[in-house]
Amino acid sequence: MPATYEPIGAIKVLGSAVSNITFSSIPTNYTDLILVCNIYPNTNSSNMRMTYNSDSGSNYSVTYLGGNGSTPESGRASNQTSMDMAYLGSNTWGNVIIQIQNYSNATTSKTAISRSNGSSVLTALYVGLWRSNAAINSITLTSSQGSNIAVDSTFSLYGIKAA
Amino acid sequence: MSYTTYKKIASVTVGVTSQLSLDFTNIPATYTDLLLLASTRDDRGADFTAMTLQFNDATTNFSWRSLIGNGTSAASYNGTNTTIFDGNNATNSTTSTFSSVYIYIPNYAGSTNKSFYVDAVSENNATLAWTNLLAGLWSNTAAITKVSLLLSGTIKFVQHSSATLYGIRKS
Repeated sequence: MPATYEPIGAIKVLGSAVSNITFSSIPTNYTDLILVCNIYPNTNSSNMRMTYNSDSGSNYSVTYLGGNGSTPESGRASNQTSMDMAYLGSNTWGNVIIQIQNYSNATTSKTAISRSNGSSVLTALYVGLWRSNAAINSITLTSSQGSNIAVDSTFSLYGIKAA
Repeated sequence: MSYTTYKKIASVTVGVTSQLSLDFTNIPATYTDLLLLASTRDDRGADFTAMTLQFNDATTNFSWRSLIGNGTSAASYNGTNTTIFDGNNATNSTTSTFSSVYIYIPNYAGSTNKSFYVDAVSENNATLAWTNLLAGLWSNTAAITKVSLLLSGTIKFVQHSSATLYGIRKS
């Protein structure tokens, strides 16, 4: 059976909290990517923001559907400098599973789906768009709202191959 | 890369004798994450039944928030102690229709509290059916060695219900 779900890289935060993590030099020989994150925001509840290829231009948009424990909610933002792909509670472990489809083609914009699991604040689905035709060769996740990503947070990137 | 990243640890299929729970025990600590996929139906005399997720037989220190759609409206709930999600297909829902459950547990063998994600859906050839997204936390630093899906009281999973537990490795 051919391997279709292969580990590309893994990051574990060691020593001290960090504001962001980056997977770089992502190979182009897969069809899709899956990024699995287990994150502990160390100060405040925090959006996890994703960018590609160090692009900080206003080339991103996001739509989300979420539940905060009492009310369903939905929102969107266009022409952003990053994509909010999760909202996680302060000082609580949360997880995020992001799927990035057709990431290495050079002819279309790139979409991603995120399942954001903050048990103390929000469960949500996010859809992100990067209006660039470039192949994705790096992914950066950045914490926001004055919070950093605490020690022992883990990030695993997998490549999915079409048959 | 020659080794398998996504490996079946065990599977359970309910035979002619219905079961109160679907259990995975003695889970090895050799993977990074766990993924549980289940297809389930139960014998309650109703359209649907709530399902409970347990780790290591614990019934406390769980907390969760969910987003639910039932075909008519959306709602969001939260809870503690046990993790419960609605919508397992029961006796009065469309015949031979089973719910689908996806549960992802990152870093299940680590020494931190355990966060997890549940995506559970059911279908029914009628007005009511359920879609659930749930973010959960088990505030316990023990490695997860047992995962169980349960119903309530004497309600049982019926024949052809099945569940498979996968281990996922990082690089």
